[in-house]
Amino acid sequence: MTTLESPPSDNDSAFDEPVGKAGDKVFFGLSFGAAALILITLAAVAFFLFIQGLPTFTGDGTELDGDGSFFAYVGPLVFGTIYLSCIALLLATPVAIAVALYISHYAPRKVAQTLGYFIDLLAAIPSVVYGLWGITVLAPVISTSMFPWLRDNLGFIPVFGSDVAIAQSGRSTFTVGVVLAVMVLPIITAISREVFLQTPRLHEEASLALGATRWEVIRQAVIPYGRSGVISGAMLGLGRALGETMAVAIILSPARGYFWDVLTAQNSNSIASNIALQFPESSGLEVNRLIATGLVLFLLTFGVNAIARRVANAGFSGADG
Amino acid sequence: MNRPAVKHPNQSKVDTPVTESISALQATQTDSVVDPNAPVDMPNRIDVKDLDIYYGDFKAVENVSMTINPNSVTALIGPSGCGKSTFLRSLNRMHEVISGAYVDGSVIINGKDLYGPSVDPVAVRRKIGMVFQRPNPFPTMSIADNVLAGKKLNSKRLSKSDANDLVEKSLRGANLWDEVKDRLDKPGSGLSGGQQQRLCIARAIAVEPDVLLMDEPCSALDPISTLAIEELMLELKDAYNIVIVTHNMQQAARVSNRTGFFSIEGTGKPGKLIEMDATEKIFSNPSKQETQDYVTGRFG
Amino acid sequence: MSLTTSTLEPDLVPDDGGGRDPMTSGSLDGAPMWGIRLGSIALGLLGYVAFGSVNWALWAVIALATYMVATLLVSRVVESPRQATDRFAAAVMTSAFVVVLFPLFSVVWTVIDRGSNRFDWEFYTSSMRGVIGEGGGGYHAIVGTLIVTALTAAFAIPFGLFTAIYLVEYADGGRFAKAVTSLVDVMTGIPSIVAGLFAYALFVVLDDVPVLTALSTGVGHRSGLAGAVALTLLMTPVVVRTSEEMLRLVPNELREASYALGVPRWKTILKVVLPTAVSGILTGIVLAIARVIGETAPLLVTVGITADVNWNPFEGRMATLPVFAYNSYKFPTLPPEASIDRAWAAALTLVILVVILFSIARILSSILKPKGLK
Repeated sequence: MTTLESPPSDNDSAFDEPVGKAGDKVFFGLSFGAAALILITLAAVAFFLFIQGLPTFTGDGTELDGDGSFFAYVGPLVFGTIYLSCIALLLATPVAIAVALYISHYAPRKVAQTLGYFIDLLAAIPSVVYGLWGITVLAPVISTSMFPWLRDNLGFIPVFGSDVAIAQSGRSTFTVGVVLAVMVLPIITAISREVFLQTPRLHEEASLALGATRWEVIRQAVIPYGRSGVISGAMLGLGRALGETMAVAIILSPARGYFWDVLTAQNSNSIASNIALQFPESSGLEVNRLIATGLVLFLLTFGVNAIARRVANAGFSGADG
Repeated sequence: MNRPAVKHPNQSKVDTPVTESISALQATQTDSVVDPNAPVDMPNRIDVKDLDIYYGDFKAVENVSMTINPNSVTALIGPSGCGKSTFLRSLNRMHEVISGAYVDGSVIINGKDLYGPSVDPVAVRRKIGMVFQRPNPFPTMSIADNVLAGKKLNSKRLSKSDANDLVEKSLRGANLWDEVKDRLDKPGSGLSGGQQQRLCIARAIAVEPDVLLMDEPCSALDPISTLAIEELMLELKDAYNIVIVTHNMQQAARVSNRTGFFSIEGTGKPGKLIEMDATEKIFSNPSKQETQDYVTGRFG
Repeated sequence: MSLTTSTLEPDLVPDDGGGRDPMTSGSLDGAPMWGIRLGSIALGLLGYVAFGSVNWALWAVIALATYMVATLLVSRVVESPRQATDRFAAAVMTSAFVVVLFPLFSVVWTVIDRGSNRFDWEFYTSSMRGVIGEGGGGYHAIVGTLIVTALTAAFAIPFGLFTAIYLVEYADGGRFAKAVTSLVDVMTGIPSIVAGLFAYALFVVLDDVPVLTALSTGVGHRSGLAGAVALTLLMTPVVVRTSEEMLRLVPNELREASYALGVPRWKTILKVVLPTAVSGILTGIVLAIARVIGETAPLLVTVGITADVNWNPFEGRMATLPVFAYNSYKFPTLPPEASIDRAWAAALTLVILVVILFSIARILSSILKPKGLK
């Protein structure tokens, strides 16, 4: 048995010497300050955009082109933004779900890990790279192969048929939609894959024990469980597509107005792309107007993200029921 | 799982068969029962007076008064949720980690009230150490650094030789030295559960506290590791005032000199100290029927 | 796993069609399925020959369509309708995956192929100062990107990390903490161009304040600092999210152990909690850097572009790789090929930077993981 010296007991048993109080104060101050700065930053974002956007409405409209009405200016841009993003989402979501299911339930485990890593990497490739790829590789290919085919065979649908000629360069809404789809696909895939992998093993095994095939397991257990996750992933992808700037700015051939036909060289621009294209050349009230459109984009994405979060929260809390 | 605790030749006591050593433990225990009516000015004696513990609006423990004598082991037993752990944590103000927790009443040690107005809970915890239910060595630190954690994190500058001495002394104090002396720079999480718990005890005694609180220290351990810890408690009580919360009544009977029985009337009601007495009396002839029911297994 | 269809009670078994014994009916596993796959590819090749045109897309379309239809039909005949649906679903998903690989590999291949034209020493050592036509490089843009990204990291890492520490270690679910959490969510959704506009608007106002002339960004309100402010807005919420997640993974028992040793709270956070979570936090930070390093739009608005190296982030325009790539492509000088080659070289450099950052993140997460945490 080891002998222990009796610990020094009554010489320094004062509890009222504060210990590390100063450090605690500083550290708490830093943390609280950082958190408070988040609030201040967002208030500042809204405030400065508002202050700098305001002159659009109060200033002398004749300085601007058109009739100077802000809503006439921003309307086609809002349309273009939403139109492009919806095309992207329509193309990307079903494919992303299938790919996510392939990675989570079909690919061998080792392969699946590598694929997941690869998908994450693709989500991080800068958008300017996707833009360059879209204009250099994709646009020429699909404008010569797909565009005539779509016009000839599906021309009865207004989206593919109009009096305006097909864009030979491929710099049309459709091409941008495809590029945006390629860009948001990794995001939707990554989130869907994660929720599919979280499907309770028990649900899947219960289904398997009933003699279900793999597809039946997916239909009965995996998809119902992951539905809200997939929806919120798609909404996040939508948020990304709404704010996507460079790919649109590089590829699209924009025009003023509302255009439904996705195959021509006359296309409604997106807000973000319009800012990127106009900003370097703008001055005075034009800058204020662009900032005001930025505020509109901010509100638009804010709305979409709010819906995404609501869907995700509603889904996950009810997922066990 | 390796259990060097029983294999090591230096630990003769643990080498003896389990049953024998338990009776040996009981023998030592009865030898050193401390007189409950010992003088009041005993150093490190804890006097709890009319203590109520609250979490926000919820009253977790009601009206506890007790005296905890130094150089002995005091066991707190009782059914789940009876507030014994909360009470234990209030003895070094650890319950305040949960926000909204506060107490009413006083805990006096060496003439000072732990809940006095100018008392810093951090300073209290340096004097009153704690060992937890599950062994929790710091995963980023080596065995030696785990032992030194209290000193180092409290920015005490230690010379290399002082540090080595302290590591050896504390690990010897926790009966762990011989098992780990060759791998002091390895992570503490590589040890077995029982060794990890003794490492946590070494870590606690390295800051040289006056009191050692143990919150079900053996509930996550196998019987042989449990025996090693119980053995250690009996050695440590010569130097420390030990308070242990346990679910295991045999353990309370084996290691403690005095036992307090906590109980609760129903969920949502505060826990209360039903009775406190010499361990022998609690387990053989308690004065309350409730205690009798609990220790004989008719309740809880 | 798909060999046996069912072991249920007979009346619960969906009609397999044809009264075969479900336990022993034919199976397409292994060789037959591979036969279908290879046959589809061959048929695609046939179509390619028959149409007489060089069209890879057509080949892929024919091969994949054949694969799906053949799987469905053959399985229906040899196996059972349920099996056929199962195999068809698998074929659809595999096809979707293959289809996705085309554009993604095409992106990667194009960047490497086009970028390699100017993947040379000159590109990495010279700026565009005085360069008209061929030659020149992206040295000034690399310098700019590194400076702006470093500044961004210097702002966003402490900002994000301390916010996460507040949320995990100090906040007690009060209204302030809830507001911060939801505003971090809002911040995550800010479009990058809006972040750029904010930084621009901020500096326009700041430049008018006489006391702040030290921060003056000079002509046109463009500076590396403004770009870093914009990127900080984008990077901070990512840092908060990942750090918060990692800090929450640290077991409470470790904090308690530290408190019980009489260690004050801030030291517990600094010496016990952060070291335990460091691998995940660093990984998250590196990935966040990878995200912002390629941001183009906010820099276009706040930093602009210039032909020369500018080492001073507090004054004047600066070239950055993404904006350089965009500008070289969009506004080429004569001959345009030289400009476009430079754009691709800049794009390749960016992708290499992203891959390097990803690799660093991987290595960090494996070597810094505390050995004791399972």
